[in-house]
Parts: sequence; structure tokens; C-alpha cells
Amino acid sequence: MWLSCYLSSALRSCPCLIVTGETTRMTLVQAINNAIDIVLSKDPTAVLFGEDVAFGGVFRVSVNLRDRYGRDRVFNSPLSEQGIVAFGIGLACAGATSIAEIQFADYIFPAFDQIVNEGSKFRYRTGNLFNCGKLTIRAPIGAVGHGALYHSQSPEAFFAHIPGIKEVPTGDYELPLSSAEVLIEGDDVTLVGWGTQVHVLRDVVTMAQEKLNVSCELIDLRTILPWDLETVAKSVVKTGRLLIAHEAPYTYGICSRNSSTNTGQYHVSPGERLNREIMSV
Amino acid sequence: MVRSPSRVRHVSVEASVMFALVVRSLKPQSIPKSGIIGALQGKNYSTVSEATFEVKSCDLYKLEQGPNTSVSLSRDDALFYYRQMQTVRRMETVAGNLYKAKYIRGFCHLYSGQEACCVGMEAALTGDDAVITAYRAHGWTYVRGVSLVGVLAELTGKHVKVIHLTYIMIFMLQIPLGAGIAFALQYQGKPNVCVTLYGDGAANQGQLFEAFNLAKLWNVPAIFVCENNGYGMGTSVERASANTDYYTRGDFVPGMRVDGMDILAVKEATRFCKDYALKNGPILIEAATYRYHGHSMSDPGTRLKIDTEVRKEVEEAAEKAKSDPELSLENMYNDIYVNPPADYTVRGCDISIQHSST
Ligand SMILES: Cc1ncc(C[n+]2csc(CCOP(=O)(O)OP(=O)(O)O)c2C)c(N)n1
Ligand SMILES: [Mg+2]
Repeated sequence: MWLSCYLSSALRSCPCLIVTGETTRMTLVQAINNAIDIVLSKDPTAVLFGEDVAFGGVFRVSVNLRDRYGRDRVFNSPLSEQGIVAFGIGLACAGATSIAEIQFADYIFPAFDQIVNEGSKFRYRTGNLFNCGKLTIRAPIGAVGHGALYHSQSPEAFFAHIPGIKEVPTGDYELPLSSAEVLIEGDDVTLVGWGTQVHVLRDVVTMAQEKLNVSCELIDLRTILPWDLETVAKSVVKTGRLLIAHEAPYTYGICSRNSSTNTGQYHVSPGERLNREIMSV
Repeated sequence: MVRSPSRVRHVSVEASVMFALVVRSLKPQSIPKSGIIGALQGKNYSTVSEATFEVKSCDLYKLEQGPNTSVSLSRDDALFYYRQMQTVRRMETVAGNLYKAKYIRGFCHLYSGQEACCVGMEAALTGDDAVITAYRAHGWTYVRGVSLVGVLAELTGKHVKVIHLTYIMIFMLQIPLGAGIAFALQYQGKPNVCVTLYGDGAANQGQLFEAFNLAKLWNVPAIFVCENNGYGMGTSVERASANTDYYTRGDFVPGMRVDGMDILAVKEATRFCKDYALKNGPILIEAATYRYHGHSMSDPGTRLKIDTEVRKEVEEAAEKAKSDPELSLENMYNDIYVNPPADYTVRGCDISIQHSST
């Protein structure tokens, strides 16, 4: 089972290379649409469902897919997150490639029990007799413009705590999972982020160079669990400093794990974390 | 939950107002028993202080008897309800415009078209009854006692806002709470009910059925109200629900479908349900309604004096909600704890940044 969290502000142009013979520059949303398109065309068992996905979905991720693949493969579900995920688990364990959309990660909580206690434990519990590895749940995370309480949360850490799930913030089918990407090379400090924070950190790299003459190395983590320790650690050994930025609150977040791992194994100073106070917005 | 304001009655308004009320709130087949309409049509305005109207009967589920179909109404109440509905409609039109002009950011769910639901229900409740709504809450917030400026400034995020939430955008998982609130009311021996509202889309969440079970198991005074406006975002009820008769979906909870476009029918159904819930436990109302997507339907005929008054009132409130100083960014760090110490600070992006918090 995969949980793919993409950034809700993905309409901001996000460079993402798709290698299909020739290369095309796409926004993240276009890239996900393209990835699902390819899966639906190559895999006749693949189906896509969720709230309003047949009309393209609120982020236009599934635009045109119903017209291309028909109502029985791209369909709207009732407003029922628990039902969507549970249905997807059943579908996947019967052999179909199921792609479930949760409109916003903020709305995934009614499905939490299904993800934690059904989906993630299915293979283990049945001694590998059954599994729902063919299920992908997609949900946008992070702050969307003016989204307020219920369209801004970063709940990825909850899912990173569960054995049996792979969590990827970009969802690009061409990229290997669990491999981070060094976007910009530098010598003085390593910056790590995922989702929208990668854009923020890009600006930071430029500012640090111009204003402080500091050379930053920027890493896009891409997969949250299991994350690419090697790439990050190599960089930190080179620069000697680590700074992690995420949108979620600072208590027990993914970056507390990442920064402490680095400290333990590679003997560099604890990373500084940039994130927000524990508050609702 | 907000208390009802003390009602201001408007007595000395033209009788033509009464005509507008009749036109708006009654189905064509409804036959008034008094001579009001005839009198109005003859432009000889009636001055009767009370009138009785026939409303459509409700569809019933597990109920032997439903609300009365003959509803009496005093002239003062009629004017009051008309003014409230007119105000909500006007307020929503203005909120829609404020949204388009980017004074309101984020999400803005308008109640236009559904006014008879909140005004009709509130008319049968008291300030001590509890109401819990989803996010389509502007009309309800107003009829429960928050001023026009209060609602609009809440949406524009200005200083005059009263509710002290950062935004009104309430999740749809509030339904089970209604059973708990109703239990508390019963436990405290109060003669009150909790009205819990949800949409036809939210009606497909599993929690609703858990709440029905709890409420019936303990027979608490809960009125569950499904405001069925035909759509949940882009999905029509037929594509989302195996059973679109929402009033029958409580299984062991009796229910009724009321014409949600008729304020008198809604009021009478709510009166009936409050009485029923206090005696017998939970009951369900499906209010068949329609939303106009912030689109304002202009009233038939000439503009009435009350309409002009309402328009002015709403425009003044909107002006205040626009011109009041914007909340500063620092405000984002407030309202985290109740009455924090005077020097209390909150960590910003990193430990070196501290913001004061009140
Ligand atoms: C748990 C959850 N899932 C999805 C959403 C996104 N969403 C917001 S409004 C809405 C439609 C609700 O329709 P309905 O209950 O009929 O209310 P209406 O908007 O018609 O008043 C949806 C799907 C949400 N707010 N919460
Ligand atoms: Mg609806």
C-alpha cells in the first residue's frame, strides 16, 4: 500500500522531468495526471475513484481521464473517506490496481482506522496470503492558499509511524522510491525539505548565496518513508551542517527523526529544524 | 452555539410586505383561509393581525402523525421572518461580492436559497436550544444572534469580528457531537433540544449512523436535520446515495421530509419535532431545499420598503467589514491558549523568533 502525499499548491509550476523518449516539462499536477493516464492505459485492472474525480477533481489531477477510460474505471465515490479506502483495500486484494483519491489530506482521518489497522497489516496478518500492495491512496498535503484550518495540515508524520506503508510526497512513477535528489550542490550547509518547502528552500539557497555568501546544498527528500539516509548523510558529512524545513508542527515530526538519525550515525551536530509552533493554522 | 437575540418587531410597515411574504413562502396551491391575498391583490391592503395558511404535508417515516398542515401566523411574526430571510439573502449576495472582490479569501459557502430552513427552524426554537451546523453557516450564525457586521467581518478577517475563530469553515464531522450535546441537555434536566445539521453529501459518512444509534439507544432529545440541496459539491444525490429518501435513513429513528422552501412548513415541522424529541428521543428532518450558488434571485414586483431597509443595513455592515483595519499577521499567534500570561510568547519558524500571544 502506498500513500502518496502531493503538495496542495502544486499548481505553482514545479519542474518535474518525465522520461518518455523525449522529455517534457510539467507541473506536478500534470505529471500525476500523466502517471495515472499511463497506468490506466497499460493496466486494464487499474481504476481511479474518489470524491468528484470523474469531473477532474478539485485540483484537476484526474482531468480528462473519465472521457478516456470510461465511467466504470474513473468514478465518483460518495462523501465517505472510510468507505473509499476500505473499498480500495478490498479491490486491491482482489487483484485490481486501485488508485484512491482523498480530496485533502485533512479529510483522511475518517479513513485512518482502515489505513492503520486494515491496509497496512493485511499482508502480515494473512501470512502473505493476501495483500493490498496494489492500492495507492493520493492526498494533497500542506498549505493551500488561504485554506485555513482544514486545508493546510501536514499529517504525513502520522502515516510514517505505521509499518506497512510507503509514503511518497511526489508520486512520480518514473522516480525510484526512497531516493532523495540533490537539487543544488553546495558546501557549507545541507538543506532538506519535501513538498512546498522545496520551493521555499530554493529561494533560501539564492538568498544565502547573495546576502551571506553561504553555499547551500539542497535536497528534496521525495520519499518520507523509508527515507534516503545515505544521500542526506553524505551531504551532511560534506557540509557539516543540516537544516530541515517542514510545514508540520515541530513536536515529534518526521524531521525530529531525521535530524536525530544523522546525529547518531554520522557524528555531525544535531540538525536545526525550521517548522511551526503547535497550533492549528 | 449562539443565543438568539431579543427579537425586534417591526409593526408599522406597509401591508404590501405581507404580500411578498405570502408570495415567497407559500406554494401556489396553498390556500390562505383569511382574505389577505384577495385584499392585497385588490390593492386594498389588509390589516388583519393574524392569518392561517395551508402547507404541504410532510412525508413521514415511522410516525403515525406528522406536523399540522394548517399554520397560523401573526402579522408581526410574518414581518419578522420576512425581514430575516431577506437579510440572509442580501447578506449572502454581499458576501459573494466581497469574495469576488477578494475581501474574503479562502472558502465561502453561501446559504442563498436555503433561508427558509434557518429562519423557519429558529422560529420554533429558543435561545437555550442548541444548534450545531456544518460550514454553510452564515445564515444560521445570523439568526442565532451574531450581527451582520459580526458575520461579514468574520469572513473578511477584520478587527470587528466577534467569534474569534480565524475563519468559519467547519468540518462535516460535527454530526455525532449533536448526540452528546443532546445527552447533556437531558442530563441537566433542561427542556431543550439539540438541532444537528448536515448536508445530503455528509449524510453518507459512517459517523452519522453511529450517532443515530447512540442517540436512540439513550433516547436523547436530538433533532437531526439533513438540508438536502440536491448536491454535495459536484455530485448529485442520485449518484452519491443508494437511498435518497434521507428522512428514512435513521432506521430506528423516525423522520419526515418537509418542504424546505416553505418557512411555515419548516417552522411547524420543527415545533412538532422539538415536542417529539423531548418526549420520545431522536427524530430526523429532511428539508428539501435548493441552493442558488450565491446567485441572487430578484424579487417579483416592486421593491418593498423592508427590502430597501435591509439592503441599507447589509451595505452598512459590509462597509464596516471592509473598512475596518485588517488583522495583523501577529494575530495568527493569538487565541492559542485561553488567557495566557501577559508575557507569553510563541515560537516562530525557529527558536530565535518569538511572537507575543494573547
Ligand atoms: C471529511 C470531508 N471530506 C470531504 C470534504 C470536502 N467537501 C467540502 S464540502 C463537500 C460537499 C458537501 O455536500 P453537502 O453535505 O451536501 O453540503 P452542501 O455543500 O450541499 O451544503 C465536500 C465533499 C470535507 N469538508 N470533509
Ligand atoms: Mg448538499
